Amino acid sequence: MTGLLAGVRAELLRLRRWPAVWVLIGVWFALDLAFVYVFNYTAYRTGNGSAVADAVPRTQLLANLMPGAVPVAAVQGTPLFGGAILMILGALTVGSGFGWGTWKTVLTQGPGRGTAFGGTLVVLALTVVGLVLATFALDLGVASVLAVVEHQPVAFPSIAELARGWGTGSLVLGMWAAAGVLIGVLTRSPAIAVGLGLVWALVVENLLRGVSSLISGLAVVTDHLPGTAAGSLVGALGENPGESTPGVQTILAGGTAIGFLLGYLVLFATVGLALMRRRDLQ
Amino acid sequence: MTDTIVSTDGLSKRYGDRLAVDSVSLTVRRGEVYGFLGPNGAGKTTTLRMVLGLVRPTSGRATVLGEPPGTPAAVARVGALVEGPGFYPYLSGRDNLRVMARYRGADDRAVDAVLDRVDLGARGRDRYSRYSLGMKQRLGVAAALLGDPDLLVLDEPTNGLDPAGMADMRALLVDVAAGGQTVVLSSHLLTEVQEVCDRVGVIADGRLLTEGTVAELRGATAVLLRARPLDRALAIAMRVSGDDAVEIIRGPEHDGGEEALRVHADPDVIPQLTRELVAEGVDVLEVTTVERSLEEVFLAMTGTPVAQPVGSIR
Repeated sequence: MTGLLAGVRAELLRLRRWPAVWVLIGVWFALDLAFVYVFNYTAYRTGNGSAVADAVPRTQLLANLMPGAVPVAAVQGTPLFGGAILMILGALTVGSGFGWGTWKTVLTQGPGRGTAFGGTLVVLALTVVGLVLATFALDLGVASVLAVVEHQPVAFPSIAELARGWGTGSLVLGMWAAAGVLIGVLTRSPAIAVGLGLVWALVVENLLRGVSSLISGLAVVTDHLPGTAAGSLVGALGENPGESTPGVQTILAGGTAIGFLLGYLVLFATVGLALMRRRDLQ
Repeated sequence: MTDTIVSTDGLSKRYGDRLAVDSVSLTVRRGEVYGFLGPNGAGKTTTLRMVLGLVRPTSGRATVLGEPPGTPAAVARVGALVEGPGFYPYLSGRDNLRVMARYRGADDRAVDAVLDRVDLGARGRDRYSRYSLGMKQRLGVAAALLGDPDLLVLDEPTNGLDPAGMADMRALLVDVAAGGQTVVLSSHLLTEVQEVCDRVGVIADGRLLTEGTVAELRGATAVLLRARPLDRALAIAMRVSGDDAVEIIRGPEHDGGEEALRVHADPDVIPQLTRELVAEGVDVLEVTTVERSLEEVFLAMTGTPVAQPVGSIR
């Protein structure tokens, strides 16, 4: 336990000083603000030109921008671009250590392989949980300002709704981060890991979903892939009415999606750990 | 408490059909500086990686401080720099060491102490990626020194350094060795090993050829004789020291590569040898005692020359 704590302290120090981490977190916040608030609020104010604005009544558009909608709105981006960003983070965090030779240095400093790797996983988990919390705080702040500006009542969502949204976002992003970690260990190269991970998350799953209608039996597989499970869990929160968000699905029921996401998360982390313990470190 | 710090027994590592390390059995004793000598690609680094638990042996076993390699109990008492330093490029040298110190359970005071010890105290806050190769290597040694480990494993710490960097690193090694820690120093440079090490293991093509003190490996001193005519000098030297004790060798290049005699005998033989040579009218150009260099020993064992550093003197 002492070793794990030492590993967590060490990883916290080196990850919080890594510009790449802050760039990824910054990109996530920028995309979140842009897609949840900037575009929709612009559409609301201008009232024309956007497909969303045409399709959604203005009152509904405004309701989606209010604090009460945050638990759903803040996690809409997690299955697709949020997952991609966290997968990059996981792959970089673990994969870079092979190229830089830092795993070698770390493992000659004292902790066992499992402990050192465990420290990295714990810090990534803390990052995910903290990131979703920060996103909720940011979105609640922005939504409150918009409510005041638009002379609407500032009605916050209930703690239960917030907790549900936060849990959903954390589980989805955590699963993708763990996927990134596993590809990082498998490829031992951050560049290949990031490339392959993105191709899988953004392209292959969608293509498979397309093909599944042509080949009988394939749908069973594609309906339970990581991206489908992630999209389904977010979909189970209920979409903000009138919107259709890329990556959000309604294929699996919420409970099933949670089961598969937890399963994938544990599987990715465990396989990564097993490989890390067994492999020769060149 | 055992006096054997590292022992390996038939340690082997196979990569595909290539046997990188072939049944290496070596022993490192407490407090000594052990030189692990061999040309590039001989299997030094792979052996050390197995000793550190970074690579799993194909067969054979090793113990480090009485523990299996790579176990937390063993690693906690070992500091290592293996095949070049590995650090986070975006962190300063000091922050890199702070990260490693946290893993080791050491505090920031230990970081500053080792930074000073490798003479990087003034540059500790610079980014690692801006360090020169020599500074990176020194930071690697600093990381190995963290926590004052019982055993230091330094794999080719002067590799890739310019002559000034090499001299700095060697001074650091002498300083470390004087501290009383057990050190395993691998190198393909003979002078480095010769200057610093108590005992040496020689490895080539994955096999440990011999192990012993530097003096044992170099053997007894001999007498070098340059004289004309050489055939008469040879006959006299054989009469004085015995038929098997004399060999004809090629002289130093700067002397035109003229042939000379190496007489494997105690230096006490010199007065009698000189008297008889002069008495029989042989011109004696030079009589001197010589020690075999490790390079000659190495050549004799492997037929492979090992590199000398730039500007080194035999």
